[in-house]
Amino acid sequence: MTQIPFALTIYYSFFSWNLLKEGSFRFSGLDNYSRLLTDESIRTAIFNTVLLTLSVIAFSVVIGLGVAMLLNSEVFGKGLMRTLMIAPFLIMPTAGALIWKDTLLNPLFGLLPYLLTPFGLSRVDWVNQFPMVTVVAVEVWRWTPFMMLIILAGLQSQNLEILEAAKVDGANALQTFRRITLPLVRPFIELGALLGSLFVVQTFDSIFMLTYGGPGEDTTNLPFLLYLVAFQGFSIGQASAIGVVAVIITTIVATFALRTLFSIFQVEARR
Amino acid sequence: MIASRVEGRRAVASKVVWSVVGWLVVFIFFFPVLWMWLESLKTEPQAASSPPTILFAPTLAEFQEVLSGDFPPFFINSAVASIGSTLLVLILALPAAYALAIRPVGRTRDVLFFFISTRFLPFAASLVPLYLLARDLHLLDNIFALVLIYTTINLPLGVWLLRSFLLEIPNDLFEAARVDGAGFFRELTRIVVPLIAPGIAATSLICLIFSWNEFFYAVNFTSSVAATAPIFLVGFISGRGLFYAKLAAAATLASLPVLLAGWIAQKQLIRGLTMGAVK
Repeated sequence: MTQIPFALTIYYSFFSWNLLKEGSFRFSGLDNYSRLLTDESIRTAIFNTVLLTLSVIAFSVVIGLGVAMLLNSEVFGKGLMRTLMIAPFLIMPTAGALIWKDTLLNPLFGLLPYLLTPFGLSRVDWVNQFPMVTVVAVEVWRWTPFMMLIILAGLQSQNLEILEAAKVDGANALQTFRRITLPLVRPFIELGALLGSLFVVQTFDSIFMLTYGGPGEDTTNLPFLLYLVAFQGFSIGQASAIGVVAVIITTIVATFALRTLFSIFQVEARR
Repeated sequence: MIASRVEGRRAVASKVVWSVVGWLVVFIFFFPVLWMWLESLKTEPQAASSPPTILFAPTLAEFQEVLSGDFPPFFINSAVASIGSTLLVLILALPAAYALAIRPVGRTRDVLFFFISTRFLPFAASLVPLYLLARDLHLLDNIFALVLIYTTINLPLGVWLLRSFLLEIPNDLFEAARVDGAGFFRELTRIVVPLIAPGIAATSLICLIFSWNEFFYAVNFTSSVAATAPIFLVGFISGRGLFYAKLAAAATLASLPVLLAGWIAQKQLIRGLTMGAVK
């Protein structure tokens, strides 16, 4: 059911077809693809997709690792902290994006410009002046809890005796982190980063709500470009070709993700 | 004695310091959610004031406004789409997972790989053909189309997840049941379903989260009759400081089911999100 439509997508990508024009369906060979190579929009969209995915994953993994380590150490109210921490991931993405845009970042009524007034950043219109930064920030807010949950599970499966032994051997905190903690949670970080990137590559909701791909094409990624071409421009063939490109990029990521998944299951099976 | 007391005091001090740091970080991440709740309890002038209103007398007026207005049909559509697709996923995934886990057929690994690869296929790959199909079948703006689409999106995940739970049931149990003359159906209802109840919970939770929050297909396949809760929020997109409290109330209501489900089933959440790889 999901593979057959993709086959059809590949099929349509060789045709020129405007949904609004009767009888405009005709074979056009590789036209759609050669247009992709010369088209400025698609290059921008690919660049934006890669930039968005890499920065969201990098920030959310690093912050998620930090929070997971905090929640794994001796602190007051761990359970409640974890509960509150996962809320951004559970909030409906469209709702979260709107709350950020209208009530937190709005230059006139938003809370953040007000709080930043003493720093001279009061009237910054984040969504329009720094659109990509805004989208990345909202997505990092959403994906950090996801990374935190996976890494925390990794930390909790750690053998405490090894850590005690390291302490007895006189290893300091940094050495313990680099030599023991990091190697042990590495598979979990990899899993989180790969699964996360499969979702972040498809980011659509927050772009639609925050910037609508703009200003200009500054935050248009591949899914959003496809949406524009297919449902605002009604060019089915061209949209299909973009879909194929999106699949190729995702497949590269997914291959690594699957390999990580299988290796974790195999380690489990050997236990 | 003294040394251990110093050690103890140092441990308490470090616990206090790290607690403060931790709570600060958690507060920053949770704040937008808290702010959403606060805004939803304000009146419109309070919600769009400069400087922002911090102290106010909470009112449920905006919730009443949203619930008595045009929001309920969107909410009901979301419920139909997510509960309907979750039930379909369970009905279809349970036998498939059973076959793959308990009675492996040839090339199980390939089948599994094929199953899960469909989950990784971007929505962009199937949007256009599915749209044309729905158009030709007159299923555009029909909630049934969303039920089917969400089922296909979540089915591979369901099979994979349930299988990971089924693998944990000791084989002896099945053999004992078979020796006692239990048939396939009896085996399924008396052994499998009770033992993987947590697995069914995890699968339902993940299906519910993905389908309730889904926006890409919803915005392209529905317009008015079958529109879901996220589509209702699109109506606020051009809001110019007039409807912040109403927006926050609608956002709170739209997010509530998944937030509550995720909070209640935190254990299942992590396992579901990692497709059973992390317990």
